[in-house]
Amino acid sequence: MTETLLEVRDLKKYFPVGAGLMWGRVKGWVQAVDGVSFAIGRGETLGLVGESGCGKTTTSKLVLHQETVTSGTIAFHGRDITHLHKQDLMDYRKAVQVVFQDPYSSLSPRMRVGDILAEPLEIHTKLSRAGIRSRVGEVLELVGLPSDALRLFPHEFSGGQRQRIAIARALVTEAELIVLDEPVSALDVSIRAHIITLLEDLQQRLGVSYLFIGHDLAAVAHISHRIAVMYLGKIVEIADSLDLCANPRHPYTQALFAASLPAHPDEDKEEIILTGEVPSALDPPSGCHFHPRCPIAIPVCAESEPVLVEMAPNHWVACDLA
Amino acid sequence: MDKPLLQVHDLRAHFIGFRGQRAVKAVDGVSFSLSAGDTLGLVGESGSGKTTTCHAMFRLLPPGGDIIGGTVEFDGEDLMQKSPAEMRRIRGRDMAMILQDPMASLNPLFSILDQVGEPAYYHLGLRQQTLRERVVSLLNMVRIPSPETRMHEFPHQMSGGMRQRIVGATALSGGPKLIVADEPTTNLDVTIQLQYLNLLKDLQRQTGVALIFVTHDLGIVAKMCDRVAVMYAGTIVEQGTVREIYNRPRHPYTEGLLRSIPRIGNKEALYAIPGQPPNLANLPDGCAFAPRCAFAVRRCQMEAPMASTFADGHLSKCWLSEPEGVRD
Repeated sequence: MTETLLEVRDLKKYFPVGAGLMWGRVKGWVQAVDGVSFAIGRGETLGLVGESGCGKTTTSKLVLHQETVTSGTIAFHGRDITHLHKQDLMDYRKAVQVVFQDPYSSLSPRMRVGDILAEPLEIHTKLSRAGIRSRVGEVLELVGLPSDALRLFPHEFSGGQRQRIAIARALVTEAELIVLDEPVSALDVSIRAHIITLLEDLQQRLGVSYLFIGHDLAAVAHISHRIAVMYLGKIVEIADSLDLCANPRHPYTQALFAASLPAHPDEDKEEIILTGEVPSALDPPSGCHFHPRCPIAIPVCAESEPVLVEMAPNHWVACDLA
Repeated sequence: MDKPLLQVHDLRAHFIGFRGQRAVKAVDGVSFSLSAGDTLGLVGESGSGKTTTCHAMFRLLPPGGDIIGGTVEFDGEDLMQKSPAEMRRIRGRDMAMILQDPMASLNPLFSILDQVGEPAYYHLGLRQQTLRERVVSLLNMVRIPSPETRMHEFPHQMSGGMRQRIVGATALSGGPKLIVADEPTTNLDVTIQLQYLNLLKDLQRQTGVALIFVTHDLGIVAKMCDRVAVMYAGTIVEQGTVREIYNRPRHPYTEGLLRSIPRIGNKEALYAIPGQPPNLANLPDGCAFAPRCAFAVRRCQMEAPMASTFADGHLSKCWLSEPEGVRD
């Protein structure tokens, strides 16, 4: 692997439940993220997949420093960022940006595109107005929008173009890592291909790293170099993208792949139908969190909690039976 | 061949705005048919008119929308000639709809029993014990655990997947011959989506109901449907059996769509259809897809193409898919 940009180790985030407004009693903890470790290299894409409620968005918020960690470390360029303040935190935010799922709610309807793109520069750099203008023009061209877009408002653009504006905003401060939180889920099929291609192209040219969060396995597998599969706050499998697609080892990963829709009607798939839904993270099942839904569970799964083991080179799985 | 259950012919629905100055041709000459017990996929991007087509079939267009012409023959009768009162008796009893967002289509103030039972109460005249039995059997069909107790609960007590299944039970309640499902699984997780799609297939096998799947996900079509109709800018540009269309797409738009979906384990660059979907208030003269089409010739810009027919009822609206292949 190339130089490590971000390293997350044993990250935990517990949310209190029933705490009332201020002095209420804490009834329990939602273990949204429970001991997650991964690393992202420079110019690399890590895909994070899992069902809703598995903790992938909380993980991204922790990486973005929008939530404080309960325990664990996040090292960026080898330096822990979990307790940064003031200028250091500003520098981190300049280097780590985000693109959200819905480009209709992530762009202010009252600001012109030029102002949306200039704002990060006004906050994070000491560029002159001319410098800001030329940098904004640069990123606009980078994401493939015409230069007259600057004077327009977000409502004058289609969904795909808005997502390009959101990507341009993330790139404008020369970010090194961009967190992509389901950036194509809200878009149409033909537009999805545009945005995925644009993201891949930008990575090639600029060497930016991505943390790509999604639930559409095919899209995640296409853009990612490595994929981490999350279930109830834990990573159950992490491997190189092609390796994971060719032989998923954890029964949950296998079920996810089996549940993804065929690209062709003749595509024959072994169907693994999971019964029930994801249990509550407030009271996760004992032992392996997946055992109540697992098709191959044996009694011991309810007792001992499996840890991530390297089953093949660079292929880590948290299952005693895989 | 038997007479099809549903026959939509040249359906046109426009939205008139700006004091009649401007018409948005949301649905502009849509024709398709569906036999009893069959599944049709209606595919297209947002704004292609697929939802408006369904609303027009149900005569449920929002204000400003008008059906300009065409016929919808359902079970031997033309729905366009029915009075509003007759339509009310048909909706829910003979044809039903499943909407995208289950939380928005369930009323938070009524119990599951009230909502699932309502079509059976009005259309089948069931009361009290027989109505409750019907609801229990419907909830059993959609695999809601312990239906006798859960039917007295309210929508907020159910998970997302359960709510969508309850909407499915409501659709089945009046015993319809046709269910239109408008993007029913968009908000569901993949594993729950698979459960739901398999459930719909089972229900179709048990009750013989015909299904129309409105979706932009070609994977759902590949999994669920017998036939598929691809919509672009208010018209159906290609239709045929799923196998035929996935193996031999005739229309360049269909071909582009099929090539733009990522496949698992394949990292080749995706094909992206250039350009943007057209503005429906200001469509080009010729083929609406011509500005984005890689194969467009001069004729495409001048004249709208007619449908050419191939084996198995495969239709394609493209000058270039004519058997002899028209060139400049």
